[in-house]
Amino acid sequence: MSDTHAQSVQFVRDTMIPEQDAPITEKGAVKWVRENLFSSWLNAILTIVSILVVYWVLAHILPWMLGGIWVAESLTQCREIRDASGIGYDVACWAVISDRWHQLLFGFYPSGLYWRPILTLIVFGAAIAPILFSGVSRKMLLFSIAAPFLAYWLLWGGSIWGPVAAALGFVIGWAIMTYGEGVLGALASIIAALVVPILYWLFVAGALAGVLQDFLPIGIENIRSDQFGGFMLALIIGVSGIVLSLPLGILLALGRQSDLFIINKCSVIFIEVIRGVPLIVWLFTASLLLNYFLPPEVSFDLMLRVIIMVTLFASAYIAEVVRGGLAALPRGQYEGADSLGLDYWQSMRLIILPQALKISIPGIVSTFIGLFKDTTLVVFIGLLDPIGLSNAIRADSDWNGIYWELFIFIGLCFFIFCFSMSRYSQWLERKLTTGHH
Amino acid sequence: MTIQVVAFALILFAIYWLGRNIVANLEDLGKDFDFGFLTSRAGYDINQRLIEYSNESTHGRAALVGILNTLLVAVLGCALATVLGVIAGVLRLSRNWIVARLMTVYVEGFRNIPLLLWIILIFAVMTEATPRPADFRGDEPAASMIVGDSIAVTNRGIYIPNVLFTRSLGGNEVLPAADGGAAAVSPAASSLDWLLFIAVVVAGFFGARAIGRWATATQEATGIRPPGTFWMRVAVIILPAAIVLVALGATLDLPHLRGFNFTGGIHLRNSLIALWLALSLYTGAFIAEIVRAGILSVSNGQTEAAFALGMRPNWTMNLVILPQAMRVIIPPLISHYLNLTKNSSLAIAVGYMDVRSTLGGITINQTGRELEGMLLLGLFYLVTSLIISGVMNMYNNSVKLKER
Repeated sequence: MSDTHAQSVQFVRDTMIPEQDAPITEKGAVKWVRENLFSSWLNAILTIVSILVVYWVLAHILPWMLGGIWVAESLTQCREIRDASGIGYDVACWAVISDRWHQLLFGFYPSGLYWRPILTLIVFGAAIAPILFSGVSRKMLLFSIAAPFLAYWLLWGGSIWGPVAAALGFVIGWAIMTYGEGVLGALASIIAALVVPILYWLFVAGALAGVLQDFLPIGIENIRSDQFGGFMLALIIGVSGIVLSLPLGILLALGRQSDLFIINKCSVIFIEVIRGVPLIVWLFTASLLLNYFLPPEVSFDLMLRVIIMVTLFASAYIAEVVRGGLAALPRGQYEGADSLGLDYWQSMRLIILPQALKISIPGIVSTFIGLFKDTTLVVFIGLLDPIGLSNAIRADSDWNGIYWELFIFIGLCFFIFCFSMSRYSQWLERKLTTGHH
Repeated sequence: MTIQVVAFALILFAIYWLGRNIVANLEDLGKDFDFGFLTSRAGYDINQRLIEYSNESTHGRAALVGILNTLLVAVLGCALATVLGVIAGVLRLSRNWIVARLMTVYVEGFRNIPLLLWIILIFAVMTEATPRPADFRGDEPAASMIVGDSIAVTNRGIYIPNVLFTRSLGGNEVLPAADGGAAAVSPAASSLDWLLFIAVVVAGFFGARAIGRWATATQEATGIRPPGTFWMRVAVIILPAAIVLVALGATLDLPHLRGFNFTGGIHLRNSLIALWLALSLYTGAFIAEIVRAGILSVSNGQTEAAFALGMRPNWTMNLVILPQAMRVIIPPLISHYLNLTKNSSLAIAVGYMDVRSTLGGITINQTGRELEGMLLLGLFYLVTSLIISGVMNMYNNSVKLKER
């Protein structure tokens, strides 16, 4: 058998052929271009059209942006400089930004006190770090708890004892929760932890702050809310809304999933009514109607009303997102928690919510991004957010007729914040993936 | 149980407290709670209206005009947003690197910048970067109309041709001829004509569907699809519609300069265009993400199985991928339609007269009835969104996986 075979085959290779390089069209840049840009006629046309579009846009925008004029008093002067320099094309007049950037960022906050909002931003960054990143020391969390009061004091100023006295209310509530349970029983301690601080804030806190101020006067210059404006205002409203709406939204979601009839129905009605009506209508309600709902002698700051409205609005959306997460958990998780003998709050805190919130991260963050973008709507009820200020600048005779430069600046500010939020959420999602699907 | 009772008591107390405050405040201000203002004379003009309205009309009528304007921009916006979103979503999945990147830039850019900024920016560009009507005048005009002298883009808005009917069902105005001869009949635009036209087109679509069903049934019975089915379906839609247009004597009414402004045609105001474009581009970016997620959610095995069965790519898309992707796409899509409708209340930024500007704006300012006006406004949005989410739930129930 083998010898016949040997005769019928004239040549048998007994060594391996040395490896050869792939053909030039099948490797490197050429392959990439072939596969990604010119894989078919349609793709080739799309590629060429896209390249032309990109070129056309960049050819118009880049010289306009890079050749921009940074120093001028008014738009007319900008145009004079441009014409004098003999450039044949239109250039941006960034002078409006260098002239008014402080207004766009801080509103009418006194310019000598800009260090206060900047310091607040640093405090905020330090406070949020241990929450966002697990690598930061846990002790920083104590600072995070104190930060809202510090931020309030820095921004609005006044006596330091006001925020301290207010913070004391939370300490009282927490103390009753922790130490009162043995003495009063569970339900009574919860009710007491809610009622005592409210009574304290209503009747004691003001007097206490006054006494302390007399005793040891520490304070900085007081700034009224109507001097707040610009991007700082958007950040204050956005951040307060985000911080306050998350816990409220989680409670609402639990209420909507609950078996307790009254709580369930109330949560459903609240969520559906809030979600059914646009934020702008709620903001007008806050500015026009709130004094109908409150006792005649009570009136409070427009900015505070807006923060409350934005918080309620966002919490309804958060509630729906978290409800989705709660519903997505397999029943076995709930049953497992029950069979371990955990009570409702324990099972929620230890088993259900950590998983449900993890599933809902993308939805929660996109709600936050939406909330942050929606802070621009406050311009309609008379707060000076960046868009309100841009309208004011455009109405000014110096800068009448300018729009691209202002909107690019404002858009960029919002883009940076919103885009980094969405990137953070993607990073967090990847980090929290436990990988059993 | 204890918690329920406590909660119930707290809620009752809150309602009682709010109600008492409202009554006390209304009494202090000397106001009552009355919707009678809806039937009183409005006394303000609305520059864009779909139904008859003048400043002699009632506040109720003004609210209705506003509602129709809101619905108009919502419907236009949803249509354009869907088109943009589907195109961007599919292209973002394209293997063409540069096209996919461009779509990413579009989606991220619009998703991360506030809608209000886009509305104001587009409005500013439309009013400040476009020529004035006067620029179209003269022998060497600075600006000219586009698409064969039929569309004029000006800083007062865009003028497009209108379709008028010389034999209108609603009756034509008879203009007495100047020289005492035969009276000329002016073309008229009547909603009756349009209703007839739309009815015929819709009937055509149903006819086309019936032909499609018949052809499928024949194919299933005999194995051969009747030839020319596609052209029959096209003809059933187009021919009756064309006959109606000819019978009503449809003519194009082109915009033309008269004095310092354009007359004739349809005047699309800048406010409508800016709102429409901004809403569609913004919502389109969100819809693109939904479409992308929907297509990605259908597992690759489905495509491979369809190919293994010998299906062609477009059949695979139509019969296997899309029906499954739709189940994922439709619910968030409808919720974005709802968002678009609610976002149309940003019309206030460009002075578009939607329901918030009429009922919730000028009417409230003129009558001082904030409570009633805001209540009606809220109810309108609430009812709209409840209807849409009701429809969505019905659809969800009809397409959800039947688990056994």
